[in-house]
Amino acid sequence: MTDLRARVLRTLRNPKLVNSIGLGLVALVGVWLVVNFIKGPQEFVNVALDGLTRGSIYGVVALGYTLVYGILQLINFAHGDVFSLSGLVASTILLSVFGLTADSSNLVVIGGIVLTLAITVPLFAVVNATIERVAYRPLRHAPRLTPLITAVGMSFIVSNISLALYGVDYESGSDLIPQGAAFSIGEINVTWKLIVALALIVPALVVLSWFVTYTRQGKAMRAVSQDTEASAMMGINVNRTISVTFFIAGSLAAVAGLVFLLEYNIRYDTGFELGLIAFTAAVLGGIGNLAGAVLGALVIGFVQSFNEGLTWHAPGGDWTRSIVFGILIAVLVFRPEGILGERTPEGA
Amino acid sequence: MSDTVDRVRARLGDNANVWLVPAVILLGILYPFVEEGLQNLPLIGDFMPTTGTLVVMIAFTMMAVGLNIVVGYCGLLDLGYVAFYAVGAYTAGWLASQHFEQVTFHFGSSVDNGLVGIHVTMWVVLIVAGLLTMLAGIVIGLPTLRLRGDYLAIVTLGFGEIIPQVVRNGDSFGGFNLTNGTFGIAPIDPVGFPVLSAIGFFPENFQTSDNRERWYYMIAFLLLLFTIFCSVRLRDSRLGRAWIAIREDETAAAAMGVPLMRTKTWSYALGAFFGGIAGAYYASFKSGAFPADFYFNVSVFLLCMVILGGMGSIWGVTVGGMILAYLNFSGLSTIGSKIQDAGIDFDPTKYQFGIYGIIIVLMMLFRPAGLIPERRHKIELEEGVHDTPFYDVQTEGALTDRNPADD
Repeated sequence: MTDLRARVLRTLRNPKLVNSIGLGLVALVGVWLVVNFIKGPQEFVNVALDGLTRGSIYGVVALGYTLVYGILQLINFAHGDVFSLSGLVASTILLSVFGLTADSSNLVVIGGIVLTLAITVPLFAVVNATIERVAYRPLRHAPRLTPLITAVGMSFIVSNISLALYGVDYESGSDLIPQGAAFSIGEINVTWKLIVALALIVPALVVLSWFVTYTRQGKAMRAVSQDTEASAMMGINVNRTISVTFFIAGSLAAVAGLVFLLEYNIRYDTGFELGLIAFTAAVLGGIGNLAGAVLGALVIGFVQSFNEGLTWHAPGGDWTRSIVFGILIAVLVFRPEGILGERTPEGA
Repeated sequence: MSDTVDRVRARLGDNANVWLVPAVILLGILYPFVEEGLQNLPLIGDFMPTTGTLVVMIAFTMMAVGLNIVVGYCGLLDLGYVAFYAVGAYTAGWLASQHFEQVTFHFGSSVDNGLVGIHVTMWVVLIVAGLLTMLAGIVIGLPTLRLRGDYLAIVTLGFGEIIPQVVRNGDSFGGFNLTNGTFGIAPIDPVGFPVLSAIGFFPENFQTSDNRERWYYMIAFLLLLFTIFCSVRLRDSRLGRAWIAIREDETAAAAMGVPLMRTKTWSYALGAFFGGIAGAYYASFKSGAFPADFYFNVSVFLLCMVILGGMGSIWGVTVGGMILAYLNFSGLSTIGSKIQDAGIDFDPTKYQFGIYGIIIVLMMLFRPAGLIPERRHKIELEEGVHDTPFYDVQTEGALTDRNPADD
């Protein structure tokens, strides 16, 4: 009996078996995608482009999670709510203060978007850094559970601030950008949505990667995330570096908030679900890894769009949440270090 | 006598007043009989909860005490406890309602024998719900408990989101209606005493008895006492000490021969058990299981009870649970109406989760051990566990007061 049990356990823990189950799952998904592609290639590509739009937004939010996790090993649950608050504030500025409507000329809209970013990006950078200063910094030496629980609490506080300021109604700026396709190749439509999203997000990513790779502060960030004590000994101001990280995460959230506002609609609790999706993306890519977060987000964006847009045996929008979390659980079971992460001795 | 008192005192902890517990139990039993008198009191009368509200409060407190086993004893952050509540409630829905109209099966049920569907007496349903939920806990726990603490939190959160969605979409699994979708399962059979009712006094069916709330309250109260009793006994058992060892230092516990996976899975399973019972009982009380009841906020609400009371402290969690459940189900709206009467347009029920968020953050910042701290957990928080770094990054490079020679 004990012998049998030991044997079963050993088989179950065999990494080869675990790996082949994981690969089998991936292969199944692959087959499903190929069949869908053959059944309707144009539809498939259009759905994929929609996935690219979503995925790029998720990517910006996921970067916020991964940056903070990389440096503090903290899941900043409040990040998603900062994102939705920033989108709501952007809606006030764009639609009420600047008074942009669907009739405004393109140049005015572009100017309005740039000006809004000039306000919300610094504002939410400061908001995010303040959250860190007030809620997380005093707990840096507490047991690990403590800041995590605090982050959950902060998430509720921020989303209730949104609720108090904006109520339960959805805000949307999707009138401001042209509907439909910018241009078509055959039956494949490249929508304005996609172009606007990429036009705002790609520069943000370029600036971020320049900052992290080449500036002194960016190098300090990488050093602290690798080894906090060692970098403190090398004279890096750890607290300032952590603040800068939250600053950057907050500004990314503000960019994502504006893009989301322009493409979809947003309300006080949008950030909760989107934050979970983005966190899943960060884990999928390998948490702490910046390129991984973007890659993971694109994968999740595709998954969501394929699930909701394809016709052959797609579970449909009712199941999106389950599928995204199913992926999260599968990743943590089969490959806890994520797609691009490195396997660490203690596992994930 | 004094011997017994000493034993009880040893069991309860140094600071506990031995007479406090019997006194609270007595008050608890008496409450429904003096409820009306209390509600007629000037000033505070409006704030007195009804017996029906108390049943709900107790159901949620039971879940909090169950969650405390996972979070408080074993130190595993579970953000998806609502899944266990859902499993419990739906078990009651499957085994004691007209949902499965394909069959007619009665086993000691307190409803009319002609009704279609499975109708098992709620007493059996409570046990089955507990066991099924335990199974769900093991299934969720096995793949995830290997993960580090914060990953575990997010995976449990994932399960807490998946299960309600499965429930919501479960009206057609290959054509089979498992959960009746968004409409939920209702009505669920009431609790009753099908055999004892022959004696008289005990009603066969709480629903149709003269004082439904009072009966539900008494049984809920007993269930809560049972949960607390089990919780105390578990804490002092070999298993409970293993949980606390894992919470304090996983590596050291493993080195001392504590089997990590098995011990953690047990904490998950036993924590889930009470959530399942409470879920099934509450479903019977409100006579339905609806998918809209099972959302992430409930998990956070329960977690907030545990934190407010003090992680690992049974009495703390019970008090914290009763306070928050009271606020949620009756107190906040009473306060709200008082504020409205005073002419201020502010509705605190709208911001209930913001209020819980503030409670969580303030407690974590200023009183992390909770209202009624557990002695041991307090020491952990004050003196730190032994994986604190040598260098204190907060003061940039200053040595902490930990002396490596003491380790």
